[in-house]
Amino acid sequence: MSRPVLLLCQFAVAVVALALWQFFATVPVFGKVLLPPFFFSTPIDVAEQIVKWFSTGTIWKHLVITLWESILAFTIGSALGVLVGFWFARQPRIAAIFDPYVKMVNALPRVVLAPIFTLWLGLGIWSKVALGVTLVFFIVFFNVYQGVKEVSPTVLDNGRMLGMNDRQLMRHVYWPSALSWMFSSLHTSVGFAVVGAVVGEYLGSAAGLGYLIQQAEGIFDVAGVFAGMFVLSAFVLLIDYGVTLVERRLLVWRPVSTEGRG
Amino acid sequence: MAAAEPAAIALDDATVAFRLADSRLYTAVEKARLTVANGEFVAIVGPTGCGKSTLLNVAAGLLKPASGQVAIFGQPLTGLNRDAGYLFQADALFPWKTAIDNVAIGLEITGAPQQHARQRAQAFLTSVGLGGFGNRYPHMLSGGQRKRVGLAQVLIRDPRILLMDEPFGPLDAQTRQIMGNLLLELWNADRKAVLFVTHDLEEAIALADRVVIMSAGPSARIIGDWRVPLARPRDISEVRMEKEFHELHREIWSVLKDEVMKGYAQSSEVAEAV
Repeated sequence: MSRPVLLLCQFAVAVVALALWQFFATVPVFGKVLLPPFFFSTPIDVAEQIVKWFSTGTIWKHLVITLWESILAFTIGSALGVLVGFWFARQPRIAAIFDPYVKMVNALPRVVLAPIFTLWLGLGIWSKVALGVTLVFFIVFFNVYQGVKEVSPTVLDNGRMLGMNDRQLMRHVYWPSALSWMFSSLHTSVGFAVVGAVVGEYLGSAAGLGYLIQQAEGIFDVAGVFAGMFVLSAFVLLIDYGVTLVERRLLVWRPVSTEGRG
Repeated sequence: MAAAEPAAIALDDATVAFRLADSRLYTAVEKARLTVANGEFVAIVGPTGCGKSTLLNVAAGLLKPASGQVAIFGQPLTGLNRDAGYLFQADALFPWKTAIDNVAIGLEITGAPQQHARQRAQAFLTSVGLGGFGNRYPHMLSGGQRKRVGLAQVLIRDPRILLMDEPFGPLDAQTRQIMGNLLLELWNADRKAVLFVTHDLEEAIALADRVVIMSAGPSARIIGDWRVPLARPRDISEVRMEKEFHELHREIWSVLKDEVMKGYAQSSEVAEAV
């Protein structure tokens, strides 16, 4: 299938789905509207809502907040994950001692931490950042840990035979290996940063995309809920595209682009 | 071989043992006695799994012998062998570095300025026939090309000893010959001491000054040592046509054959036991 045909088909799917939605929400079939607008809204109402958000500019504030929270959560979570992952991988004894606790915390569904974070850090962005950090941290941590552990012994011996000292081995062997594992899980960890931000906002906040959806839901504004969801998907797609660009730049030395190992 | 000059590598009754998972002691190599004179090219041949690579790792300082002595240019070896460059059997290039960076790193870690290191690296890449491939990452190179980069990576440090662990093992027959000739050509320039491990007797005779045979493991021993009477410089494919080559090959093979069969029988026993 050529690219234009593929794009056309993909576009057709959206058109058909939206048309069916609009049809069943407005035209009665056998005297009954199958998708009552009160519960399902209509594509036109949703589109109007989105246009209104962007034309009045109210959406930007929320988008910027969510973006900020995601970036902070990703940066802090990654930094901590790299540090601790490195530390544990180089100190097996420390790793062994903390192992059950790491597993325990990782097993915990992170959503339950949201109220605690709200209590500790308030309704501002930091409680959302904290939630995102707990999600991102473990992805990065496990990948970096694995990356340092699974450095090829031959490559390591080669480094030593070439005369590298411990610091140089760190810089030229362990570090690139760990980073490559971290980058290969970039999609997953960035995705989780956004999840942390949005879920946090949804559970209690004064701004952000999650807040927008939650507010609309509170007043049975279904069009607002759907509009929020569409904006959120577009937002995530854009970020994901950005990650793909970064990844292509950073992992040029990889034979094939690997899926996230998160 | 001048008597006053200490040997580049001298193994004196080196025994290497490993602790197995079930805490039994496995003796890989027993009482190996081997000297490589400065400028001499020695090949070790033996059946699969006889501990050839183990011996090489001992000479490199990557493994410590359980008993016996290792001396490098007359000095007892402690820690890694800083005089040696090691060409590994498996891919050992840094996959995240381009070919030229892989070669330059050997100089950079000694504190050489980057500019200088890269210029030297380019010269070495050219000498192994990869002058135009500096910007490729290892995965964009063929197996033979990766070996060439590996060779340049080792040689740029100008080690006095070259240790080679079946370096051309994974390559196809034609590439092996080309690489063999390249190695001889580079070696001929400054005649480093070489310890070359292979399971290919023909390759060993074609390349080396001396061929050393090991018995089948465990507790592998050195059971034979032949001088190769072929003149240098050699061409790998032509040298195989000579009469001396065939005579030596027949002589060594008569000894090696039994060990190969023993090694083969043992590995199939192990396979059955598993």
